[in-house]
Amino acid sequence: MKVNEVPQNKGMITDDLREICYAVDENGSYILAQSAGWEPKNIANDQAWTLIEEEVSQTVKKIKAGKLSPLAFHMAKNQMNLSLLSKYVGFSRLRVKLHLKPSVFRKLKPSVLKRYGRVFEIEVEELLKVPGLE
Amino acid sequence: MTQINFSHKQSAHCESGVTSNLLSHYGVNISEAMAFGIGGGLFFGYLPFLKVNKLPLTTYRCELGGIFKGLTKRLGVDVHWQKFKDPERAMSELDRKLGEGVPVACRTGAYWLPYFPPAFRFHFNMHNLVVFGKNGHGYLISDPVFPEPVHCSEKDLLKARFAKGPLAPKGTMYYLTRVPEQMDLSGAIVKGIKGVCLRMLKTPGPFMGVRGIRFLANQFEKWPRKLGKRKASLYVGQVIRMQEEIGTGGGGFRFMYSAFLQEAGGVLKEDRLLEISEKMTSAGDRWREFAVIGSRICKNRASPSESYSAMADILRDCAERESEIFEELRTLIRQL
Repeated sequence: MKVNEVPQNKGMITDDLREICYAVDENGSYILAQSAGWEPKNIANDQAWTLIEEEVSQTVKKIKAGKLSPLAFHMAKNQMNLSLLSKYVGFSRLRVKLHLKPSVFRKLKPSVLKRYGRVFEIEVEELLKVPGLE
Repeated sequence: MTQINFSHKQSAHCESGVTSNLLSHYGVNISEAMAFGIGGGLFFGYLPFLKVNKLPLTTYRCELGGIFKGLTKRLGVDVHWQKFKDPERAMSELDRKLGEGVPVACRTGAYWLPYFPPAFRFHFNMHNLVVFGKNGHGYLISDPVFPEPVHCSEKDLLKARFAKGPLAPKGTMYYLTRVPEQMDLSGAIVKGIKGVCLRMLKTPGPFMGVRGIRFLANQFEKWPRKLGKRKASLYVGQVIRMQEEIGTGGGGFRFMYSAFLQEAGGVLKEDRLLEISEKMTSAGDRWREFAVIGSRICKNRASPSESYSAMADILRDCAERESEIFEELRTLIRQL
């Protein structure tokens, strides 16, 4: 890659940050050039985020249908699955799985809810909320 | 309040950047590319049985920590590594070393680092940074992929150091304990090159090295039929992300290695290394073409000629070029 080919396509990097690229100058020597981003990279990154958003919206549908508890929304939003969430909160996978059931989740003690809140860095009231749902 | 006089230099990749910045702190001026080369960072592996976000893992660099370990070993620098069970101890040990004036590198989960732009926040547990001070607001951090030093609160750094999931850092921290007066730079360069040649050419099995690139090419052609259009495009997207985004990746690492070969050519006074560096640059350019087509497939904007088999052909070309490059390098270093 030549210095004049270093891409400057904004996307993932939204502010004034720049990343470093190795590129060849007119004398054939490598230099460190700054890049604002590259379109193929931005596209691949967008794809990854679309996937996460789809997961979240499907989860919200299931919550509305009464199949999952609000905990599932926060889990999906934080890009976690059962095993990762169980490691963060320090409960067994089975226990977290039960907490994903609306009937079990409704009866959870505040101390348990607090632990989930700490993982997601939110207050307990927020943990009970799901966008588009009362 | 402590602040070590640490000079922060932005780099393309975290581990090679941390390695270069730490050594510079002790008066050993090693560029990032040099650290990457001596550490034997370049690699390729396609491991379909290891999944990241339900998609197969592709790697364009050596194992985690390999660059730092390879470089310090080859230059005779002593290091201390430490893992922790207890987060509080992990933080107090960090504070103690900072108090002694020692900059400390930590492995972290990027998801919890608040200074990362939102688009980069994935559960990725292989991010290296250097902590070089502490004040009322938290820690002063030299994160090699950022232009300036950054701040991070104690709570966030603790969470990042104890991120969970695959390759959990478990509070890993490391620092240099002794830097020798005399170093054999030329010898270290030759050893670094030798290591990469062996790995790229001689790793057994189909998944790694040049053979791994060919293996990925064969898989690529099967994806559209085997996985269906949507899933195949997700697989492509993942390969591109791992190539270009997660730690600069394919094109980026190939260029960094070319920069290393160029610098090595100067140190060893060996012009043939400069020629090989140019070939590596061309291979890197091909990797970039591969990413361009891949991204068009992801966006459904590929022209008929920009197909999976066209991508597979580029991969085979990359494999061909790299196998030639490493064979030449191998023969060359035997003569040095």
